[in-house]
Amino acid sequence: MRFIDDETRHKILDLLPRYPSKQAVTLPALHMVQDKYRCVPNDAVRDIAELLDLAPAEVLDTMTFYMFFRGEENKLGKTRLWVCRSLACQLRGSDDLTEHLCHKLGVTVGGTSADGKITLETAECIGACEGAPAVLVDDAHEMNVSNEMADKLVARLRA
Amino acid sequence: MADNQLTLLARVDKPGSHTLASYRADGGYRAFEKAIKEMQPTQVIDTVKASGLRGRGGAGFPCGVKWTFLPKDHPGPIYICINADESEPCTFNNRVLMEKDPHQVLEGAMLAAFATRASTVYYYIRYEYGPAYRATQAAIDELYAAGLLGKNILGTNFSLNIYTHRGAGAYICGEETGLIESLEGKRAWPRIKPPFPAIEGAFRKPTIVNNVETLACVTHIIGKGADWFKSMGVPPDPANPRDAGSYGPKLYNLSGHVNKPGTYEIPLGITARRLIDEYGGGVWKERKAKAVVPGGLSMGFMTESELDTPLDFNGPGKVGCLGLGTAAVTVVDDQTSMVDVLYNVCRFYAHESCGQCTPCREGTGWMFKIIDRIRRGEGRLEDLDLLAEVGNRIGIMPGTTICGLADGAGWPVKNAIKKFRPEFEEYIRSGKKGRALQVAAAH
Repeated sequence: MRFIDDETRHKILDLLPRYPSKQAVTLPALHMVQDKYRCVPNDAVRDIAELLDLAPAEVLDTMTFYMFFRGEENKLGKTRLWVCRSLACQLRGSDDLTEHLCHKLGVTVGGTSADGKITLETAECIGACEGAPAVLVDDAHEMNVSNEMADKLVARLRA
Repeated sequence: MADNQLTLLARVDKPGSHTLASYRADGGYRAFEKAIKEMQPTQVIDTVKASGLRGRGGAGFPCGVKWTFLPKDHPGPIYICINADESEPCTFNNRVLMEKDPHQVLEGAMLAAFATRASTVYYYIRYEYGPAYRATQAAIDELYAAGLLGKNILGTNFSLNIYTHRGAGAYICGEETGLIESLEGKRAWPRIKPPFPAIEGAFRKPTIVNNVETLACVTHIIGKGADWFKSMGVPPDPANPRDAGSYGPKLYNLSGHVNKPGTYEIPLGITARRLIDEYGGGVWKERKAKAVVPGGLSMGFMTESELDTPLDFNGPGKVGCLGLGTAAVTVVDDQTSMVDVLYNVCRFYAHESCGQCTPCREGTGWMFKIIDRIRRGEGRLEDLDLLAEVGNRIGIMPGTTICGLADGAGWPVKNAIKKFRPEFEEYIRSGKKGRALQVAAAH
C-alpha cells in the first residue's frame, strides 16, 4: 500500500463478500478514502486498484465519471457545503443564497475558505424541495435557509 | 383539504416511526411473515399483478408484470436492486419514506425478493440522502438482529441479505441499467436493451430494479389485498389502449411557488389545480401560476389553463407533457421569466448527460448554449426553432440514444417553446439580459 492506512484497507476488504465482483467495491472504497483524506490522491487510486484486482485506469475511469471525487490538487475543506441550484430552489432564492455564501466565505463556487473549514459548491437537485432553498452539509439537509441561517451555519462549521 | 385515509404516510409523524419496535407495533412485517409462511412466490406476484400497481419511479411500468419477466426456474442468483437514486429535479417523496418509515420500504423489498426468489437485495441510495441512508442501514441492522434477515428467516427455507450501496451524485444512476453499471463499480452508462435487466442485469444475472415508493406499495398490497389498492385511483382510459390504469395511493411532491410545499399522499388522479389549491394552499403571494411542471423537469410544462388535467399516468400526456413521471409538481408564478426557468432546465441536462450517446451529449450542451445566449440578450428569433429542433431529435423515442435522458431533456424545451413562445420572442426582441451570479471572490 502506498497511501491507504490499515484501518481503511480492512474496511474496504470487509465489503468484498457482499458482491460477486471485486470491482463493485470501487465506489464504497472511493468514498472511504475521500471521507477520511478529503481527496483521492493518485497513490490511493493505485491502492484501490491493487485491493480490487483492477487496473488503476479502471478505478480512475469510475472516479472521474462521478464529479463527486477530487484529486489531491483540489482537496476538500473539512466540511462540504452544497447549495442546491435546481428549479425548486432557484424559484425560492438559491441564487441569492449562493452569492451570499460566496461573499461570506471569500470563494467562488468550488472553492475552499482560507481557513480550510468549508468548501462551497452548487448541487443539482438534492431532494429537499419542500424546504427550498436548501443546502447539504456534507450529506445532510438544511432547509429553508435564509442568509441569516447561512451565517449561523457557517459560524457553526468554523467553530 | 380533502379527507383521505393515509397509508404510505400514516406513520411518518409518529415519534420513533423509523424503528423496528414502532413498525411492528403498527402491524409491520405481518405481510412478510404471512407470505413466507403461507404463500407461494407466484401468489405474491399474482396479487401484485392484480392490484394494477405501476412503478412509481417515473416510467409507470406494471410492477407485477416486470417480475414475471424473470426466467423460469433460474438456478440463481437473482438480484433485486432498490432504486433510491431519487434525482429527478423537484422529487423528494422517497426521501421522506426512507427517513421516517424505512421498514415499510424494506418489507416491500423483502416481499419482492420472496416473490422473485432473489437472494440478495442491493439498496442503491444517492449520496445526498445521508439521513435516509443512516435510517435505512439502522433498520437493516435491526432486521438482522431480529432474525428477519439472513439465513432461514423465521425458520423457513427463505434466506435473504440486504446491502446498502451509496451513489456519488450522478442523475443517470436513476436509469435502471445506469444504476446497475454504477453498482458494479463502473461509470453509470446505461446499457442497450434488450437484454432487459430481468434477463441479464446486475453482475450479468437476472435482476429486478424497483423504486422505493413502489416497494412501499407492495407491502400494503400484500397486507390489505389487491382490491383495497384498486379501490383508489383511475381505471384505464378506453380512448387509450396503452393505458393500464392508475390505481392506488400516490405521494405527490409539491414545490416551487406554493404556500405549503410538501409531500402529499392522495389517490392517483387529482388535478394539478386541486393539488395546488387544496393541499398546497394556493400559489404564493396571491399570484397566479404561469407554468407547472407535472412530474419532474423531464415531463415538461403545463400552462395555467391546463391545470385541470388529472395527474394520473394518462393525464399529462393529453396536454402535451411527457407523462406523470415522479409526480413532482413544481409551480412557477406569473412574475417569473420562462427564460430563467428554461435556462435552469437546460443547464441541468447539459450537466447530467452521461456522455455516452452523441446526440444527447452534444444536444443537451447546445440547448444550454442557445438558451444561455438568449438569456444574455444575444438571442435571435430563429434560435427558438433551433432549440425545438434539437429537442425533437435527441432521445430514445426518435431512436438516437440508448436511454430516455435526452427525451426528458428535450421535452421541457419543446413544451416551453410551443406554449410560451410569445414570451420568448418578446424577451429576444427587447434585448433584456438575465441575471448573472455575482460570485467573484471577495478576498
